[in-house]
Amino acid sequence: MRINCPLCGPRDRREFHYYGAEDFLHRPAEGAAPEAWDNHLHQRDNPAGITKDLWYHETGCSSWLLITRNTVTHEIHSAELVADRKVPTP
Amino acid sequence: MRYSGLKVITQGLFGNKGWTPAWRNPAPKADYDAIIIGGGGHGLATAFYLAKNHGLTNIAVLEKSHIGSGNIGRNTTIVRANYFLPGNSEFYSHSLKLWEGMEAELNYNVMHSQRGLINLFHSDGQRDAFVRRGNAMINQGDDAILLDRDGVREHLPYLDFEQTRFPIYGGLLHPRGGSARHDAVAWGYARGADQRGVDLIQNCEVTGIDVENGVVRGVQTTRGAIRAKKVGIIVAGRSSQVAAMAGMRLPIESHILQAFVTEGLKPVINHVVSFGMGHFYISQSDKGGLVFGGDLDFYASYASRGNLPMVEHVMEAGMTLMPMIGRAKVLRSWGGIMDMTPDGSPIIDKTHIDGLFIDAGWNYGGFKAVPASGWCMAHLMATGESHEVARRFKLNRFATGHLLDEEGTGAQHNLH
Ligand SMILES: Cc1cc2nc3c(=O)[nH]c(=O)nc-3n(C[C@H](O)[C@H](O)[C@H](O)COP(=O)(O)OP(=O)(O)OC[C@H]3O[C@@H](n4cnc5c(N)ncnc54)[C@H](O)[C@@H]3O)c2cc1C
Ligand SMILES: [Zn+2]
Repeated sequence: MRINCPLCGPRDRREFHYYGAEDFLHRPAEGAAPEAWDNHLHQRDNPAGITKDLWYHETGCSSWLLITRNTVTHEIHSAELVADRKVPTP
Repeated sequence: MRYSGLKVITQGLFGNKGWTPAWRNPAPKADYDAIIIGGGGHGLATAFYLAKNHGLTNIAVLEKSHIGSGNIGRNTTIVRANYFLPGNSEFYSHSLKLWEGMEAELNYNVMHSQRGLINLFHSDGQRDAFVRRGNAMINQGDDAILLDRDGVREHLPYLDFEQTRFPIYGGLLHPRGGSARHDAVAWGYARGADQRGVDLIQNCEVTGIDVENGVVRGVQTTRGAIRAKKVGIIVAGRSSQVAAMAGMRLPIESHILQAFVTEGLKPVINHVVSFGMGHFYISQSDKGGLVFGGDLDFYASYASRGNLPMVEHVMEAGMTLMPMIGRAKVLRSWGGIMDMTPDGSPIIDKTHIDGLFIDAGWNYGGFKAVPASGWCMAHLMATGESHEVARRFKLNRFATGHLLDEEGTGAQHNLH
């Protein structure tokens, strides 16, 4: 399995650390209901197929990546820098 | 047919022509009192105890493939009761007691062998943690013996004690821990359930769950619709997909765990040995193969095969711990899909839908749990109440903050 890091190019899977589903990016606002935190930390869609999850280029450029990939075939479709995402300002 | 030593001898004398199939192959009926989705170890044990302990026999187990095709036939068969947290401790203790009576209860040889489990430690801090764990096990009524380095040497003289990375300080011996024949556990429960009237329906995939006004009515399957008053979802790595059929989202992420087996060798490893620091554990099967494995591949996956980096890591850890195994040839490796929860502990609970129950989140420790999980899930489905040794395995414990994080690694599904 190789991941095409936007900064470093295609690199071996061993350079990356898997963190978890995209849900980790959607941190609830301070004071949000416990259910919001439960969804953020614990509950998952866990699809068999296309998913988006967070990986850290640990022994490369130290970027956080949002990766679109297939959990059944292990195919990697795209990798984008989390830092480049346009987060809507509340 | 009752199995016995005498039967084996007489059948052997007459060409083994008198054996009959161990269970029937019925067509699904239109209606059942209860349906179990998933014919793995947990589903079969649940059906067995529903029939045996609660007298419910108008039941079907629906399995999308064949009995034993899931994790029940893919695991590395360690059976132990060395848990620590209240909630886990009494459950696994109950399970081990059921294991000890399983062969008599099922009239089936599951080759349960209490050869002793040794968990190695490599620092003073780890020793303290193991002393604490051992005391928790003893308080629960199970057994634990702290071994110093010489004590470990007596049992496992072949380890590399002086290895530079993790020199061995000692180990925690759990004498009643051991292993069993995984397929036989599935077959034994399948046969026992069938004998009590349970329909085991193979090649029958559940594709939908019918719910009306918050009450479960039955399921849709590749072999037609089947009505039922109660439905249990017991599908291990596929829990999220099946629960989604009832509109539920679960605290589960599916991950791949690999295992390996070598060619058959003469007896050389008598215990189950676990080397936590290296993410490696090993035992020897009765056929002689060294059965070993390591940690998850670490990313969410539904491929029943792993990736090479973990193969390399497991082999390195094995060679570090016991260089003698380097001469053995690996025959096979495979992977299974693990239903990982964010605290590493399972779920046996009702759902928000009346009559719909779930038993899931076994992480990579669900083989040893098979009898107690079946026992407690059957209790829950029959009585509507949690069994006392499974009362903390709640579906909503993540929202309420009552987590059972045995390893204290935090809310990340792949860290347990
Ligand atoms: C490599 C490996 C090593 C392991 N080692 C150990 C160990 O040493 N000790 C230990 O305690 N545990 C171990 N485990 C964990 C243990 O195997 C599992 O936790 C346990 O087997 C899961 O429960 P089960 O037997 O019911 O699952 P399974 O056997 O996977 O049963 C689930 C069944 O549901 C069926 N199913 C899925 N979807 C549907 C559907 N829609 N309709 C109908 N049927 C469906 C599947 O086909 C499957 O047969 C290991 C697992 C693996 C993969
Ligand atoms: Zn990079």
